[in-house]
Amino acid sequence: MLHRRKGAIPYLLLAPGIAWLLVFFVLPMWYLGKMSLSEGLFPTFSFNWAWGNFSEAVSSYQTQFIRSGEYAAIATVIALAVSYPLAYWIAFRGGKWKNLFLLLVISPFFVTYLIRTLAWETILSDDGVVVNTLKWLHILPPDGRLLATSVAVIAGITYNFLPFMVLPLYVSLEQIDHRLIEAAEDLYASAPRAFYRVTLPLSLPGVFAGVLLTFIPAAGDFINAQLLGTPRQYMIGNVIQSEFLAVRDYPTAAALSFVLMAAILVIVLIFAKVLGTERLTVAA
Amino acid sequence: MRWIKHHLLTGYAILALIYLFLPITVVVAFSFNDPKGRFNYTWSGFTLDNWLHPFDVPGPQSALEVSIEIAFLAALIATVLGTLIALALVRYKFRGSGSTNMLIFIPMTTPEVVMGASLLTLFVNWVVPQGFGTILIAHILFNISFVVVTVRARLVGFDRHLEEAAMDLGANELVTFTRVTLPLIMPGIIAAGLLAFALSIDDFVITYFNAGSTITFPLFVWGAARVATPPQINVIGTAIFLIAITLMLGNIFLQNHREKKGAVPA
Repeated sequence: MLHRRKGAIPYLLLAPGIAWLLVFFVLPMWYLGKMSLSEGLFPTFSFNWAWGNFSEAVSSYQTQFIRSGEYAAIATVIALAVSYPLAYWIAFRGGKWKNLFLLLVISPFFVTYLIRTLAWETILSDDGVVVNTLKWLHILPPDGRLLATSVAVIAGITYNFLPFMVLPLYVSLEQIDHRLIEAAEDLYASAPRAFYRVTLPLSLPGVFAGVLLTFIPAAGDFINAQLLGTPRQYMIGNVIQSEFLAVRDYPTAAALSFVLMAAILVIVLIFAKVLGTERLTVAA
Repeated sequence: MRWIKHHLLTGYAILALIYLFLPITVVVAFSFNDPKGRFNYTWSGFTLDNWLHPFDVPGPQSALEVSIEIAFLAALIATVLGTLIALALVRYKFRGSGSTNMLIFIPMTTPEVVMGASLLTLFVNWVVPQGFGTILIAHILFNISFVVVTVRARLVGFDRHLEEAAMDLGANELVTFTRVTLPLIMPGIIAAGLLAFALSIDDFVITYFNAGSTITFPLFVWGAARVATPPQINVIGTAIFLIAITLMLGNIFLQNHREKKGAVPA
């Protein structure tokens, strides 16, 4: 039973954490919004309803926006293809070792993100095993390379955000009542049919959550493009990063951040509407 | 046919696991490398030197100390704040719980680059010098949501009868909370704290925007990647990996052990 008449208690519990979120998340977003409509040169910017920042930002960096969407989408699809059978295997075949297998799956991600990415640089390097094997199989031309191509960047992104896909998939698959699948099979559904009609639909909340949680950080990433690619593979994250920290054109950078954020928020809200926020966050 | 299908899935899972561990194998192997130049990208001989003298090169030691300090403080504070929010959300019905859920959810769906940039804008507006303090503020911020989600998962499956029994036996609310509720949700809180620590010690993007001249371990690696990558980076990376695994395994076994004893309802 929920307490219904405890008045102030829930608000007292919430106060410190919510205050933190309001001051250091909501307020900064407001400042960022103001900055995106400002003009001037570092360090003096003045608020001026400069809507032109947005159209300028979008038209100047359209390529990077589209590239971010493409890379993130491809990486998300590959991550789903890798993760679903793996999560399924742990949930249905893991037995009492489920938790251990799950730990095994997420453990690579306890190696610092940047070190992991540098390891991919070694693996995909020009004289490495992977490149030489692909050349031997004639998949790559003799002078072909993987580093500094979009393949390397997408490979890095796919790998780096994999746990965000595996975990929600596992959570939703693990909750499925096995008796439902047995019932389908008792009613003469073949194994694939039972999967498509029972297991897959029941795991969809996990699929959606995983897609979201992979796509969002992937779309905003700049580390993989920076370490595994060249400026020709740069994504919108690279632009925002350099506009803020190198060029110091804060208004343009702020406008770009907002466009990225808005694009993502629209996608999230559509998903949230379809599934209900509560279920999404719990699955996450 | 069934046999093949059954093992096809297992084979696929094993391949996926190999893929997951491939870069880790590289990291561990190259911690034993004896590189000839400034970069540790090609294999040129086995040595134990890097492990025997992990802090012989300048930089990583102080960076690692800063990272551990920040991760510890951020995990501690975020775990307290997040646990209180989770308790409020699961235990009470109140006005604004919907928008609270939203406020917890949105930071998790905000790209790190945007979150880092917005904090940078805030600190520039307030004319706050960036450094240890601003990194800590940022880390607490992004950890809160993950703590709420983790602790809430534990609270949702909680048997309220145990609390009612304590109250029936004359315990007041505070005693019930500290003697019954808290011990029961402790595994969830510990898991949340470990997760927060792991997220914090690994964070690069948000830290990069708000670090000023302070250098954390990931920032050190970033700087090193352009100039020189001493194999000591791999040694420290491997060590962090091993410690994290040990802690997580410990938490799993502790949970299994307690569940076996019947102290914690599953």
